[in-house]
Amino acid sequence: MAYSDKVLDHYQNPRNVGTLDKNAADVGTGVVGAPECGDVMKLQIKVAKDGTILDAKFKTYGCGSAIASSSLATEWLKGSTVDKAEQIKNTQIVQELALPPVKIHCSVLAEDAIKAAIEDWRKKQAAHTDAAAQKA
Amino acid sequence: MKTPVYLDYSATTPCDPRVVERMLPYFTETFGNAASRSHPFGWTAEAAVEHAREQVAELIHAHPKEVLWTSGSTEANNLAIKGTAEMYREKGKHLITAITEHKAVLDPMKHLESQGFEITWLPVDRQGRVDLGQLAAAMTEKTLLVSLMAANNEIGTVHPLKDIGALCKQKGVLFHTDATQAPGRMDLDVEAQHIDLMSLSAHKFYGPKGVGALYVRRKNPRVRLAAQMDGGGHERGMRSGTLNVTGIVGMGAAAEFARTEMAQEIERLRRLRDRLEARLLRGIPDAVINGDREHRLPHLANVSFPYVEGESLIMGIKEVAVSSGSACTSASLEPSYVLKGLGLGDELAHSSIRFSMGRFTTEAEVDFAADRVIHEVTRLREMSPLWEMVQEGIDLSQVKWTAH
Ligand SMILES: Cc1ncc(COP(=O)(O)O)c(C=O)c1O
Repeated sequence: MAYSDKVLDHYQNPRNVGTLDKNAADVGTGVVGAPECGDVMKLQIKVAKDGTILDAKFKTYGCGSAIASSSLATEWLKGSTVDKAEQIKNTQIVQELALPPVKIHCSVLAEDAIKAAIEDWRKKQAAHTDAAAQKA
Repeated sequence: MKTPVYLDYSATTPCDPRVVERMLPYFTETFGNAASRSHPFGWTAEAAVEHAREQVAELIHAHPKEVLWTSGSTEANNLAIKGTAEMYREKGKHLITAITEHKAVLDPMKHLESQGFEITWLPVDRQGRVDLGQLAAAMTEKTLLVSLMAANNEIGTVHPLKDIGALCKQKGVLFHTDATQAPGRMDLDVEAQHIDLMSLSAHKFYGPKGVGALYVRRKNPRVRLAAQMDGGGHERGMRSGTLNVTGIVGMGAAAEFARTEMAQEIERLRRLRDRLEARLLRGIPDAVINGDREHRLPHLANVSFPYVEGESLIMGIKEVAVSSGSACTSASLEPSYVLKGLGLGDELAHSSIRFSMGRFTTEAEVDFAADRVIHEVTRLREMSPLWEMVQEGIDLSQVKWTAH
């Protein structure tokens, strides 16, 4: 199968591979997919108080397009804000990486991973605020 | 060493240059139609075809009259399965096969099923072998054919042909074997192994593509087939169509080399294969060899690299031409049905690679391929959330995944 130059580039030089402390209050973690489906993505964001995404990391088990989709997602997330990140659509990833139709699910998974990471971060924020409120 | 290194001999082999040399005159000089009876052009072509028939017959210990030319194994399998089903339907409408057969057996069987035949799909064990007790139990008065492959194309597992053949003979059921992967790699003997029908394809053993043969037993019992291709009545009416003389000459030559060079070739291939496996297992923790370690083709290694997905691995080792067990390029994301048939979890099936070596494979190529794979698996594991979880001591089977 032929891959686009951008997919190849992300596959060969993936950006932001790594792990953030999933227990930290300012880190949101999203893990989506399943091994039996052939792809699992873990995407993490570290968010400042004002909602700016300070850092983003990923690890992906999956085909080259899945790796590229998550690598690209971290690039977009870094320096963005949570509110803007929530607007990222899988179709933007498809377009940027020129994914063929059989690989669209990779972009969907990346979008899901972004959403899951943000949701996890929001949950932690809410729990944090609740705890703070109880203390006061 | 030239790259990419070709380690996909089970998909197809290059023509042996000696085979090509024997074929060449039949394109231009001795180009006659083997069915032309009225002039020497036809006679020469016919003589060449009959010589090739002897060469193929000798490879499998058959009589030349029992060899019928086809376009390959797909056609041979179709003719064997549909041809006997149609011919013997009065006896009963039951056929037996196994779930790990090639599509060229499974799909003709499915076709028959849609026509009202009953098919038994035998399961296989973890090594890819059918249980003979289960096979015996599945046979009834109505069973007309058992079709079980000589050796599996994905994992290389070899079936006990002689035992299966004996069982079929005892029960009076015809035995067809798809031996596409076998020539030059294991013994084929239609007498000793009690085989009634056998499919062969030249391009899997250094002959040209698009030519094959079906062995059809002539005595004890005499097997009859309903033709699937009607026309000029070639091949005693069983397969019409002008013979591919050039291809047939090539297949004959390839069969001769496969037979005469098999002993040394098996030894050499096994050494290369074992070398590859040893190097991979040393370099990659948790790598798993799939199939039957004992009853296996000598040239093939099917290896799973857990926590790494097969397609991404293949993408990373583009200097090495191999096949992936996961057909992730299709929209269905289905891992190989053969590996799933072994009871391998989808995860292992998704991470498997088939390496198959051949006549022109060198030690240097094997070492290069192994080192490339080790390097890339290591790199991809650094990127793999599954590998990370396993390092943290998490049991992946206990994780609640969000399937999609
Ligand atoms: C076991 C087996 N059967 C049948 C076939 C089909 O052979 P051909 O494509 O030459 O018809 C193949 C080759 O892919 C095979 O490996």
